[in-house]
Amino acid sequence: MQMKTAFALSALCAAVAAHAADQPVVGLITKTETNPFFVKMKEGASEAAKAKGAKLLSGAGKADGDNAGQVTAMENMIAAGAKTILITPSDSKAIVPAIKKAREKGVLVIALDSPADPADATDALFATDNYKAGVLIGEYAKAAMGGKAVKIATLDLFPGHPVGAQRHNGFLQGYGLKSLDAKNNELAHPSEVVCMADSFGDQAKGQTAMENCLQKNPDINLVYTINEPAAAGAFNALKKAGKDKSVLIVSVDGGCQGIKDVAGGKIAATSQQYPLKMAAMGVDAGVEYAKTGKKPSGYTDTGVTLIAAKPVSGVESKDTKVGTDLCWGKK
Amino acid sequence: MAAPQIVMQAKGLVKRYGHVTALEGADFELRAGEILAVIGDNGAGKSTLIKALSGAIVPDEGEILLDGQPVHFKSPIDARRAGIETVYQELAVAPAMTIAENLFLGREIRKPGWRGRWLRMLDKKRMAEESNRHMQDLKIGIRSMSVPVESLSGGQRQGVAVARSAAFARHVVIMDEPTAALGVKEGNMVLELIRRVRDRGLPVVLISHNMPHVFEIADRIHVARLGKRAAVLNPKKISMSDTVAVMTGAMRPEDIPPECLAH
Amino acid sequence: MAITTATPHAGNRTMESLKHKLPPIGVLGPFFALLAACVFFAAQTDTFLTGGNLSLVLQQVMVVGVIAIGQTLIILTAGIDLSCGMVMALGGIVMSKFAVELGLPVPVAIVCGIGVTTLFGLANGLLVTRVGLPPFIVTLGTLNIAFAITQLYSHSQTVSDLPDAMTWLGTTFGIGSTQVAFGTVLMLLLYGIVWFALKETARGRHVYAVGNNKEATRLTGIPTQRVLLGVYVLAGAFYGLASLLSVSRTGVGDPNAGQTENLDAITAVVLGGTSLFGGRGSVLGSLVGALIVGVFRNGLTLMGVSSVYQILVTGILVILAVAADQLSHRKER
Repeated sequence: MQMKTAFALSALCAAVAAHAADQPVVGLITKTETNPFFVKMKEGASEAAKAKGAKLLSGAGKADGDNAGQVTAMENMIAAGAKTILITPSDSKAIVPAIKKAREKGVLVIALDSPADPADATDALFATDNYKAGVLIGEYAKAAMGGKAVKIATLDLFPGHPVGAQRHNGFLQGYGLKSLDAKNNELAHPSEVVCMADSFGDQAKGQTAMENCLQKNPDINLVYTINEPAAAGAFNALKKAGKDKSVLIVSVDGGCQGIKDVAGGKIAATSQQYPLKMAAMGVDAGVEYAKTGKKPSGYTDTGVTLIAAKPVSGVESKDTKVGTDLCWGKK
Repeated sequence: MAAPQIVMQAKGLVKRYGHVTALEGADFELRAGEILAVIGDNGAGKSTLIKALSGAIVPDEGEILLDGQPVHFKSPIDARRAGIETVYQELAVAPAMTIAENLFLGREIRKPGWRGRWLRMLDKKRMAEESNRHMQDLKIGIRSMSVPVESLSGGQRQGVAVARSAAFARHVVIMDEPTAALGVKEGNMVLELIRRVRDRGLPVVLISHNMPHVFEIADRIHVARLGKRAAVLNPKKISMSDTVAVMTGAMRPEDIPPECLAH
Repeated sequence: MAITTATPHAGNRTMESLKHKLPPIGVLGPFFALLAACVFFAAQTDTFLTGGNLSLVLQQVMVVGVIAIGQTLIILTAGIDLSCGMVMALGGIVMSKFAVELGLPVPVAIVCGIGVTTLFGLANGLLVTRVGLPPFIVTLGTLNIAFAITQLYSHSQTVSDLPDAMTWLGTTFGIGSTQVAFGTVLMLLLYGIVWFALKETARGRHVYAVGNNKEATRLTGIPTQRVLLGVYVLAGAFYGLASLLSVSRTGVGDPNAGQTENLDAITAVVLGGTSLFGGRGSVLGSLVGALIVGVFRNGLTLMGVSSVYQILVTGILVILAVAADQLSHRKER
């Protein structure tokens, strides 16, 4: 409740200020306040706003999945004069009615990082191509394995999540195995994948999932993980089983801790994504809309880079120094 | 005839709650070896009197004497420590716990030696044996002390509460409407228990609305009215309807025939 | 007039016979469920029943297991603690940051972490006993406060590079050919101690009494508010021990730990046969409950079945457990 009042007050001030200066007002709504990914996004948005002379309002839900908090933030921001809303939806389906209402009022709504469901509920989407992110680490893994017979464990997010599916299927596609396309929310399961477990993107659960997979199949030699915390958990489990040197782990995200793990040899390669770019592009689009009424549309890829400590032939990657410069989170 | 020994006495108790005076100089006297019933209409001050005697409230004026010595109870625990036990209407037992556990709740016996002192282990065997003994003393025929109290009937549960009070009381047992929550048959069982408690040498103060029960077991009847003691009656001489009349004020204390008064 | 054991209140004859066939479920019911699950999985895959795998399951449940000890104590008093997982996460962050960033010696850092979780337990207990707020509401509030403090203090970053001494409980020793983690031993030890205290000491029995009939217990002179406060403080200490186990197992201080452990701990307690109404249950049941969840997760992964089924099974088991508890006690209500 306190957040709501504080926000309402600041929104009011922003409305007054915006009216006075006729500044474009852009609202950024992230899933949570504290996740470093979103902290970086907010940074990028503030810088871009300052550079373009726009006013940035920011808000978030209380926790991952807090749809109501995001809806409230959106309503307050629009009341305060925001003509553009940038949002990372906590619940891609539940947010749609609120988005529709906003768009009917003439507000430009852009999804960042993950799409709404259906994706065209928003005017545009600026996000990582999660499928491509998966493909890159799949290609890297294939080259790194050097033609060995492969037994793969996938530590996924949880069933049904589009990002989880895209990264998983992209990885298998990049490796050259039978997979599904980018629009599919199901997880492909070719025979080379001997264990599929859910990590919920969490380190402890990733460790448990890896331990159980190793019990099932001790000869696993390649592990795909949905994100870097899950990868850290997988590494722990492998280390306890004495297999940390013989099993390859690949991941997605490019957070600073994750890049550190790549440099430290825990993760072989990770696809880095750019929350800052997403937010900056979003602010730019918002300013453009305010000035010319032009709306962006469709999906814009905000870029993904393969970061690896040991490059392999045939696959382009950048080293961990580049990764560290561009990473999000505490360096 | 030897003067009856007075176990507990109260003189001139006064208790006010705001403008309402619950007790206005109430007196009270409990003799050794008797069952004294305390009756009174709602608002007569009977429950306030009992609360003062059991330590649940502190009177504003007046004194309470136990075995001739003045006592000042600040809480029910003080009264308990002085040897006064109370049995409540609402079956104050823990249903999931056994008879032995309920009997010794708050007064558990620990094992002798290091196991009792360092590990603080309970001497369950001894507590079961003693519980059995207390129940036998009151002739309550439950064989196993390790059954949960909730598997007993209402009357038996109240029997456990009565046995608990009789086991630990040293001077007085106060029973506050002990049969009110029970059916006819079970209520009679509890009355029999109350008689046995008295027969073991513990005087009993019995608060009750149930006239037939009062007349069945009370030795004397203390009538509370308007915050005072209106009269003490002899149930063997006075009729039930006259008693009710005294209680409601229809019959004034001065109009009570002398043989109906208890001496 | 002798008073003999009267027949129980007349009721439905089938309920009657059902009640006699199901004595208060206690720990036996859940234990048989665990046994049945183990038999099932042993039949499905031959890796399940190996020493190595079972030791692993024990390690996987040790964090929830220890949280569940504290939760059991609270639920026995007819309370509940929704903040347990978040408080545990805070403890983990405090002890890891104190060791790594402030450079405090490991034992000091650990004590600080446990101290913080115990303080939260104290806060919960005071709000419940002194201010008289319902435990559900109180712990809903402290859940959010603990989470926020954890995220802010850690800047949502995990703390890594912990000194070896801090993660020692995650290391293993050999029993025959099986590797057993020290943390598992600690968990079993804690369960043993609490089980003994609850069963054999007066203080332990008072916890049950307060949960079973608080007013009756108060009337016997037992300081019920002190018992309640003690239970919440003790639970906080157990959450601190759980955070040490969590840090030892994962090797990092993770601000996002404990989020599902909140409900997982309550699930373990319920599956173990402890009644949410208080006064009934055994702490060993919570260990069984935690193992049931762990066994299903492990077994289903070994079978290659999606984790969604594990969640489904857990939900069904919880309902069965609560129903069995209700059925065996409905007579007595």
